[in-house]
Amino acid sequence: MSADLARKPGTRGTKRAARRGRVKYNRREALAGYLFISPWIIGFVVFMLGAMAYSLVISFSRYNLATNVARPVGTANYALLFDDPKVALSLANTLFYAVMAVPLEICVALGLALLLNRVGRGAGFFRTVYYLPKMTPSVATASVFLLLLNGNTGAINQALGFFGISGPQWLIDPAWVKPSIVLMTIWGVSGTMVIFLAALKSVPRDLYEVAALDGAGPVRKFFAITVPMISGAIFFNVIVLTIAALQVFDQAYLLFWRDQTNSSPESSLFYGIYLFQQAFREFNFGFASAMAWVLFVIILLISLLQVKIGNRYVYYEGDKN
Amino acid sequence: MATIGTTPPNPTPATANPADPADPAKAPEATGGTRRTRRTAPAGRRKRRRAPRSTAAQVALWTLLIVISAAFLYPLVWLISASLKPRAEVFDNSLIPRNLVPGNYVEVWNQLPLLQWVGNSFVIALLAAFLVTVSSSMVAFGFAYFRFPGRSILFGLVLATMMLPGAVTMVPQYLIWKNLGVLGTWIPMFGMNLFGSAFYIFLQRQFFLGLPRELFEAARIDGASYFGLFRRIALPLSIPSLVVIFIFEFQASWNNLQSALIYLNAGSVEGFTAPLGIAYAMTKFSPTNGGQGDYQYVMVATLLITLPMLVLFAFGQRHFIEGVATEGRKG
Repeated sequence: MSADLARKPGTRGTKRAARRGRVKYNRREALAGYLFISPWIIGFVVFMLGAMAYSLVISFSRYNLATNVARPVGTANYALLFDDPKVALSLANTLFYAVMAVPLEICVALGLALLLNRVGRGAGFFRTVYYLPKMTPSVATASVFLLLLNGNTGAINQALGFFGISGPQWLIDPAWVKPSIVLMTIWGVSGTMVIFLAALKSVPRDLYEVAALDGAGPVRKFFAITVPMISGAIFFNVIVLTIAALQVFDQAYLLFWRDQTNSSPESSLFYGIYLFQQAFREFNFGFASAMAWVLFVIILLISLLQVKIGNRYVYYEGDKN
Repeated sequence: MATIGTTPPNPTPATANPADPADPAKAPEATGGTRRTRRTAPAGRRKRRRAPRSTAAQVALWTLLIVISAAFLYPLVWLISASLKPRAEVFDNSLIPRNLVPGNYVEVWNQLPLLQWVGNSFVIALLAAFLVTVSSSMVAFGFAYFRFPGRSILFGLVLATMMLPGAVTMVPQYLIWKNLGVLGTWIPMFGMNLFGSAFYIFLQRQFFLGLPRELFEAARIDGASYFGLFRRIALPLSIPSLVVIFIFEFQASWNNLQSALIYLNAGSVEGFTAPLGIAYAMTKFSPTNGGQGDYQYVMVATLLITLPMLVLFAFGQRHFIEGVATEGRKG
């Protein structure tokens, strides 16, 4: 594919650069190009830029749903937001969840990918099996784990009991609410695994052979060759998983917030849940928009920080196009 | 294949070293991506023989993989089994039901409007997938084939939107749909798909860039219009990657709980999509909510909405895995 073309230095890149030097756009062609991308432009202007600007305006207003009028209230929503202990609580819960979930997902996914990468002939079969949870709709995962994680009669505690461990009240004990969700996330970790597997397959074999000749052991090879060579994939997965973790919603909603019978409302209140409740249960659009912007800034800052750190360590094979 | 973990020192190395240069050279020729070629290439298999591990290590590796498989499969097997049990035995956790109640599968239709839910989800997912496939490939063709000022900046913006968290645009998008007067219809469930989606645009553009440009030049000379190039050449040639987009979006739409909560929750129960329906069923039968704890019906319903995804996976497995792998490569 084109990625392969681009990887050879001097074919594509230089041709394009040369073309750019004496570029004269054909007006008909340019017009046709704009026409073809016009759906995206409309979507971008209206549903992204427009929506974001709108959201910013609403975050400084009180929105009346009946009259569709946004009355400016200055920074009142943001002031409320900083005073509301539930915002801080939900943010803390979310960050705690992300800090627990993302490294675990990375480690499990990478571990599985390493195993699959070693097995050779049977890899396809195992990859299929490991991928099945990823195909399971999140509601299905939640409804099955609701029963599996039942503190008294659930299968997971029964299995733990077999080893003499008395399992916790997963979905009731505030300390175990977040690990429960992490567990479900780990069950569906195969998407990340597949990305790692693809990255592992593209590590040149000869590097390992050279390292072996130099007397490198398996651990040394892993940290000196594998990790740097797949650092692009690790970086990508960390960023994507972090953004996803900060918006965690489905599982938490289904297990704890779908009705009024939540037994640990403190521990299971995630930022995405509270934002959703404020927006679509209380219809406090101004407050919810302010929350959304705060989340946006937090995600942006975390991503930028990750990019900054990543740039120092990530090795690109020169195929960034 | 990789020599990463516990490679024992081996007395017979280098039986297949000559295969090495052949492998990377052979890979890029096909459009199917390098990964597939390499996986099935005989060179790979020969190389594996070069470093045969001790039988003990192999046994350990396979045992580990099988144990992990069991852990991954357990919830699904448990689900199937629970769906066939009477109410009192759902929590006995035996994988083979003591009393088989296939009647659950009959009764569930009386308990829940499952047929409507699945039907609604199916129509919405089909529309969502179809629209996004067409719009994304159109946009992608614009980026891949035509030269126009600002092209690379705009494409950079396309990629940038992939990082935009959905929570930020959730409220204003709702208000946009409200002002357009389409709340209460299905349009908000798939309307965004008219405008293409960043990842699919990226995927499809990569594919179009792989097509030989001469093909299009020749068609131009023969008098094809720009739209003709797209419809008669680009689209027919890119069916494999269109399939990837279609099944990815079908799955995403089928699983979409949040939009359904926002746009359909206020409506009638019959108008729910499958995920919203399961959420409703979880509450309806929950003992803490006045239900009887008839979780066997929830399990039947859960299984029935999971099955279409498993069927989709059975047919499109390669597409899913390649699509996800591509996602990682763009970073």
